[in-house]
Amino acid sequence: MQTKESENKSIKDKSPLIWGLVFGILFGFLLQKGGATKYDVIIGQLLLSDFTVLKIMLSAVLTGMIGIYLMKTMGWVRLNLKSGSMGSNIIGGLIFGLGFAVLGYCPGTIAGAIGNGYLDALVGGLAGILLGTGIFAELYPMLKTSILKKGDFGNVTLPQLFKVNDWVVVVPVAVLIFFLLLGLERTGL
Amino acid sequence: MELLTEVRWTPYAVGIGIGILSWFSFLISKEPIACSTSFARTSGGMERLFRGKKVELKPYYQEIKLVVGWQGMLVLGIVIGSLISALLSGDFHWQWVPSRWAFTFGNSSVLRVIVALIGGVFLGFGARWAGGCTSGHGISGTLQLAVSSWISAICFFIGGILMAQFLFKVIG
Repeated sequence: MQTKESENKSIKDKSPLIWGLVFGILFGFLLQKGGATKYDVIIGQLLLSDFTVLKIMLSAVLTGMIGIYLMKTMGWVRLNLKSGSMGSNIIGGLIFGLGFAVLGYCPGTIAGAIGNGYLDALVGGLAGILLGTGIFAELYPMLKTSILKKGDFGNVTLPQLFKVNDWVVVVPVAVLIFFLLLGLERTGL
Repeated sequence: MELLTEVRWTPYAVGIGIGILSWFSFLISKEPIACSTSFARTSGGMERLFRGKKVELKPYYQEIKLVVGWQGMLVLGIVIGSLISALLSGDFHWQWVPSRWAFTFGNSSVLRVIVALIGGVFLGFGARWAGGCTSGHGISGTLQLAVSSWISAICFFIGGILMAQFLFKVIG
């Protein structure tokens, strides 16, 4: 699972770097305009008092999913999936969540927070993230052969998992997200 | 042009914009928008400055490779893009302590920085453990309907909501 990922990585990184910068500038611009570079907005989401972050994420997923799957059906793009396991995604996800609430930024939005002038992000958060990833790299050989392998399911999509046509999942998920967003608006959140 | 100088856009305009951006990053660069690997590479690169080339031999750095990749440029771009947006709207300001934090935990910038550092350690560690972050799993992975990403994204929010309640309702 991990070797495959590293092979993918080395192929992936050949794409022109300048495009990375261009997409990053547009992404950062959008995050700032949405308020997602702000601690108050992110903590508001985790305290369930401000649903801005969820609205941004769900409308991005809705838009992105329909476009990507249309282009996949046309044969224009190929999916680029992360493989996973229960031990990796559940435990790692929960640890990430704890950090997310304590820091109040995530790796993408902290870059935006730094651009916004937030010094707790630059001095505290960034240093912490670099330290945390360093600790992970140190422990990786031990984790790789044990907990990260637990419940390995590889790089599959939900349609592959359920053995159905892509659109059998895309359409209901799109409808679900749409009504979830509508519900959030109706309840005034 | 007035649109560019507005402080906030609706979350839907922003989300749809990010979704469209993801189409083009797949189409042009064959890359999903993702961030956390770059932090791990930066961390390894900094360690290499102090401890030399042998750092590259660590199994994890053998896998992710200590290079400046497309994704590193993306993260750099986010800083620039956010700065441009904030400057255009007059929303840029230097700030040590966010107001929601100050409301509950006071104005000490030292306390805020220490807690941010601790949070960052867990965030960075957890992101690498889960193989992605709020953008790589939370947006790019879920929109591709990846099983790993849906599980991760749900766990990000379960962990985050529980910890936020604990911080602000129990301690605060």
